Amino acid sequence: MMRAIETSIAAPDGVPEPGPQSVTARGRAIVITSGKGGVGKTTTTANVGAALAALGKRVVLVDADVGLRNLDIVLGLESRVKYHLLDVLEEKVTLDEALVRDKRSETLYLLAAAQTREKEDVVTAQMKALVEQLRDRFDFVLIDCPAGIEMGFKNAVAGAQHAIVVCTPEVSAVRDADRVVGLLPSDWRPELIVNRLRPQLVKKGKMLSVDDVNGILRLPLLGVIADEPGVIVASNRGEPLALDPASETGAAYRAIAAKLCGQNVPAPTVNVPSGGFFSKLGSIFGGRA
Amino acid sequence: MFDFFKTLFKPTPPSGATAKERLRLVLLSDHLSLAPDVIESLKRDLLEVISRYVEIDSNHADVTFEHREREVAMLASIPITGVRERVRPSELEAASTQSGDNDSAAAGAETLALDPPPVAEAEPSAETPAKTPAPVPVRASNAARPRRRRRKKAPVAPQPGAAPAQSAQA
Repeated sequence: MMRAIETSIAAPDGVPEPGPQSVTARGRAIVITSGKGGVGKTTTTANVGAALAALGKRVVLVDADVGLRNLDIVLGLESRVKYHLLDVLEEKVTLDEALVRDKRSETLYLLAAAQTREKEDVVTAQMKALVEQLRDRFDFVLIDCPAGIEMGFKNAVAGAQHAIVVCTPEVSAVRDADRVVGLLPSDWRPELIVNRLRPQLVKKGKMLSVDDVNGILRLPLLGVIADEPGVIVASNRGEPLALDPASETGAAYRAIAAKLCGQNVPAPTVNVPSGGFFSKLGSIFGGRA
Repeated sequence: MFDFFKTLFKPTPPSGATAKERLRLVLLSDHLSLAPDVIESLKRDLLEVISRYVEIDSNHADVTFEHREREVAMLASIPITGVRERVRPSELEAASTQSGDNDSAAAGAETLALDPPPVAEAEPSAETPAKTPAPVPVRASNAARPRRRRRKKAPVAPQPGAAPAQSAQA
């Protein structure tokens, strides 16, 4: 029964009518990668995807982390997932049956990863063909890459034309990001998101700054995301922060989305919170937790 | 006692600076190990320059990089089998410019910043080659340690199994 409902939502094409801004070319497939695990690839994918959809773009998020499915959780869609990537690749179900539409947005879809399978089960050529197929129907295909540089990484990169590298201001994360950049096709120009920056620590010289990180990686800077409680709260609730109009971090994600759409966006900055008594008081009483 | 105060008042660098320095070194080391073709070409040029001064066993030469506490060092172990005729520094300069003209390998050496003049001023010994400046970020260190003990008789320094020096004029 549930399946019938899901299918009817997605039918006949799985996506709504193309908007006026997207009648031209095929969509862009972008892999979100990092090398190191736990730096925020999945959160970034969910938020950038939600922000792009809020701009009216048709977006599909592909969870390529086979065996460790998480993108559905971050989006709050875990209860809606019936079929997954491998079901589609192995032609057990159609693409429309496996695509899950987001609760909040008409134009945001998820293709979940298989939880009980392995990364080696994915055939690279099939993955590439699937991404090609998705590009015909969506403006943006965001591929959430698994950590590591093995098969899962190769499969996630296979169909993409562009990469966003997520990196935290830590020695280990920058080293891995540097390695991953070296493994991407040499004619790509990956863009960088510095995630989990703590401006106060940077100010005290206790954390690598954005310039320190990008002085090494030397990539076009797409965005900077602060390390703040709101991100955790949002992920607890399964609601992308990008959709919270009051959130500064949400605004940072929206700026990233605008930039990906070719809009002129001012260079990313993260303000140092004042940290005074009253603002602390405010966060204790006013903060959503 | 003084040491105690020194440690007490010694300013510890903020950990961000430590992170930055560690990152610089680890990436230097990563990039070197990920670029075997560059290392090969460096090794070839290095041997080419050294063989202008001494006869070497290039088949048993070894150039490696070592990640140390505060630097990445280049270690070169190059067996010397004999000494060439003693050449005056002035002649050497002439020779090097000449060979730079008609020898493509020497031209490659110059792009790698292995400048001949500093070598020419030093006594041709097993250690001289490694004192040559290496490509910019790498700090060249002394040659592999075992060789140092033979310092006094350095110019000859026959390797086990290597043919005795024929034309040692030094």
